[in-house]
Amino acid sequence: MPGEMAHHPQQRQFNPYSENGGTILAIAGRDFAVIAGDTRQTEGYSIQTRYAPKVFTLTDKAVLAVNGFAADGNMFVKKVKQRLEWYRHAHAKDMPLRAIARLIQTMLYAQRFFPYYVYNILGGIEDDGTGAVYSFDPVGSYEREACRAAGAASSLVQPFLDNQIYFKNQKAAPGSAHPTHLPLSTVIALVTDSFTSATERHIEVGDGLEMYIVLASGSSGQGLEGVKGLRELSTKGEAERVFVIRRDLKKD
Amino acid sequence: MANASFYQSAGFDFSNDVRNQFLQDKGLPLPKATSTGTTIVGCLFKDGIVLGADTRATEGDIVADKNCEKIHYITDNIRCCGAGTAADTEFTTALISSNMELHALSTGRKPRVVTAMTMLKQMLFRYQGHIGAALVLGGVDSTGAHLFTIHPHGSTDKLPYVTMGSGSLAAMAVFESEWRPNMEKNDALRLVTAAISAGIFNDLGSGSNVDACVITATHTEMLRNFVKPNERAVKERNYKFRRGTTAWKMENIRSLVVDETVTLIAPPVGGDAMDTT
Amino acid sequence: MSIMEINGGSVIAMVGKECVAIACDLRLGNQALTIATNFEKIFPVTDRLYLGLPGLATDVATLRERFRFRVNMYTIKEEREITPETFARLVSSTLYEKRFGPYFVEPVIAGLSPVPSASGKPEKWEPFIAATDLIGCLNFAKDFVVAGTSSDKLFGVAEGLWEPDLEWEDLFETISQTLMNAVDRDAFSGWGGIVHIITPDKVITRTLKARMD
Repeated sequence: MPGEMAHHPQQRQFNPYSENGGTILAIAGRDFAVIAGDTRQTEGYSIQTRYAPKVFTLTDKAVLAVNGFAADGNMFVKKVKQRLEWYRHAHAKDMPLRAIARLIQTMLYAQRFFPYYVYNILGGIEDDGTGAVYSFDPVGSYEREACRAAGAASSLVQPFLDNQIYFKNQKAAPGSAHPTHLPLSTVIALVTDSFTSATERHIEVGDGLEMYIVLASGSSGQGLEGVKGLRELSTKGEAERVFVIRRDLKKD
Repeated sequence: MANASFYQSAGFDFSNDVRNQFLQDKGLPLPKATSTGTTIVGCLFKDGIVLGADTRATEGDIVADKNCEKIHYITDNIRCCGAGTAADTEFTTALISSNMELHALSTGRKPRVVTAMTMLKQMLFRYQGHIGAALVLGGVDSTGAHLFTIHPHGSTDKLPYVTMGSGSLAAMAVFESEWRPNMEKNDALRLVTAAISAGIFNDLGSGSNVDACVITATHTEMLRNFVKPNERAVKERNYKFRRGTTAWKMENIRSLVVDETVTLIAPPVGGDAMDTT
Repeated sequence: MSIMEINGGSVIAMVGKECVAIACDLRLGNQALTIATNFEKIFPVTDRLYLGLPGLATDVATLRERFRFRVNMYTIKEEREITPETFARLVSSTLYEKRFGPYFVEPVIAGLSPVPSASGKPEKWEPFIAATDLIGCLNFAKDFVVAGTSSDKLFGVAEGLWEPDLEWEDLFETISQTLMNAVDRDAFSGWGGIVHIITPDKVITRTLKARMD
């Protein structure tokens, strides 16, 4: 019949999540930790910004990298920082790294049925002076590891790290063994090469690289001398020292 | 000569279709084909046409080819940029190139751009958009310089400056602000480079290098990798492994060299030598 | 789960100095269940030309035979060996013929192509690698090509480890390490690997000692 339209029920839905690309990565050494991320933020085929930090210092010895849905990531970092501030007021000291890791777990699991759509990697110095990396899934399952990559290009970077950090599938030279801890200079080079490789093959990775380095108190920081784009964030007299290295990545 | 029955008949073959439909009905999605996310452009200038393209081919969010060629040969005086499903742009342009050569041979005339455009649009329309080729066609013939866009469903446009692909908006923004009628060759080439660069740097589906092609009444100049603004930086470390790093269980060596040893037999002592008188 | 993941498998090829290498894993699976750990996905085409076919196993078998047939027909008609470049075009058009009902394979081609010399006899050989997607779009790379269920991982590791002008002994290490570390992070590939290194005067085939989980 003309003019008569069939009315079908239509369902519409609001999708509160989006995916903003990028990749993060952290490696723990004997007395240091390196936490890095690229600075590109994307949506679909567009670049929202070429500089959106994904790595944040929490305390003098804890650095958190967040990747996934950027809005959730920023909010989550804000809330973690708030909880750490409250802890400082209550206890007159910074929260230890392993406690921050457990705090992040409870904060993530509290949102079990409306999760923060982010992968977290926490890096820093443990109370015993060792470098540590904790990696989380979006609902709070976590583990302490020596290295971890997360985000859009994690599948490209993680197997490379397995090979170069854990020496997976490599036979040691006769009469020698693989080192258990890598020197800082090697780790910085591997992180840089991981990101330049990911930039080559993943369209959502690029623009800039931000690499935080946390040195345990008493660590010589050997391997940092002469590094391009290095800046110290900590002030003289602090036990742990924090540095940041900023590098350009390809912008295509 | 060889009977044609050895081979399939010409055209597409649907013999896997029943099987594939069955797999798809089980809920298995089709693997993704290589697509050229792509920025492709073309613009008119005083003496002809400049075409441009980026060189990135993607499979989802992974770069499959960092330096592919997207400006395809049609005839000496006609070229075609392709965006969309990479295999479709490749084979469609190759087929039309072939048919244009035959057409030129049978008519005895220099091929015209409209002819290529008509062949392309009729083929794409026949396939109702299933051949995912989005093209920018340009060339110079006896009737002048012509520039077309051809969409996957077969619709065409004839415009003085055109862009296509996922980077088309970025590139068109450059054209809209900078294009002028009757530009000099170098200005047009610079403009095309700027338009492609806008795609390369602002669209994630486009990247790597700028290819360009200048077509005039007398000459066609293909400028492969005209600008290379995205060379990979030197790696920080050396990743050559110590020989013997990899453990292996079994080895088989197949020699491709035929070994030949010549054993010289000493002539016998005495009078058995050949009579050479 | 996609069609490529039903049987799993991965292939990679790399260019070295006057040599090429092509390697694959050995897994044949039925979804998550591993059926066999001796399923080779690389087949010889000529003395110095190999073809890798990761993908749906039924199509791997079908195409292996179809290519054998078509290469034999070419050899008989042309009375010469097929070159890698020509073979790549043959693969490409065979797959595109089935554009609207494709075979689910992503072929990888690796070989040495003869450089025509004036004297004829002492031939020079040039490395050649190529890959196509499932409908035959060719990708000629100068460094490496990858395909199969762990292609992302292979891309990532290869981009990190590969460097130009590796001698064949070094190329073996690089391609083997790339393959093993990539497939160890993939549930659908692995369970052993095999590497072919093609040099002008010999082809070295090595079975790798890899993780079997």
